[in-house]
Amino acid sequence: MAERPLSPHLSVYRMYRYSVLTSVSNRLSGIVLSVGLIVLVYWLMAVAGGALAYAHALAILSSGIFKIIYLVLLAAFSYHLLAGIRHLVWDTGRGMERAQSQRSAWLIGVLSLLLFAGLAWWMLCRAGGAP
Amino acid sequence: MTLRSPLGRAIGAGSAKEGVHHWWTQRLSAVALVFLSIWFVVSLLSLPAHDYPTVSAWMRQGWTAVLLIVFVLTAAWHSQLGVRVVVEDYVHDSGMKFLSLALVTFFHVAVAVAGVFAILKVALGGAV
Repeated sequence: MAERPLSPHLSVYRMYRYSVLTSVSNRLSGIVLSVGLIVLVYWLMAVAGGALAYAHALAILSSGIFKIIYLVLLAAFSYHLLAGIRHLVWDTGRGMERAQSQRSAWLIGVLSLLLFAGLAWWMLCRAGGAP
Repeated sequence: MTLRSPLGRAIGAGSAKEGVHHWWTQRLSAVALVFLSIWFVVSLLSLPAHDYPTVSAWMRQGWTAVLLIVFVLTAAWHSQLGVRVVVEDYVHDSGMKFLSLALVTFFHVAVAVAGVFAILKVALGGAV
């Protein structure tokens, strides 16, 4: 079969635009959350496995490396949630002018950082500890 | 004025021959996940501890189990729709694309089934 053009035509975009950054971040955070489903299911299956199996899994899930994984997941969640809401607003036809879109890109960037900081703070400082 | 035939308009499918089903279910699951994911994260962080008695007692509550099942199914579905588009966009070799999409499907079916199985086992099972 002949070589045919396939979307997305990455080479025609100016790659330094904010719109590229927000689009890539949204996809990347989505993929991170998809991988996070593995942790979720591992945790749920551990609970289903009973007290002994859960204690074993909890030892792994409370380790330092998993603390980092939870922080990455919380960051991805914070961004993907707000970027997703931005997309849903766009779907109603609102906020698509260039100035509005630039403003909302900044807004979700700042808000997702605040949300992530709050959630990370909550996770790390809660009385119950890990995970 | 439209250039589409009356039949084409009635069927409502564009050149992709499947209409807006993918687009629509992605949006619908996104709206649901705004609420479900916030509920899940807040609930998890609000639990006084994450040891077995606390977590299993939490999952045995009727509404927790129901919401957890809806959350896992919706998240798996939304994830599948999103990863599928990324694969379709960036994997250009048709054989690799077919293989990747099959693996994406298997992965998400496994996530959904295992998640629901585990929640039901805890919620419906007796005290361990």
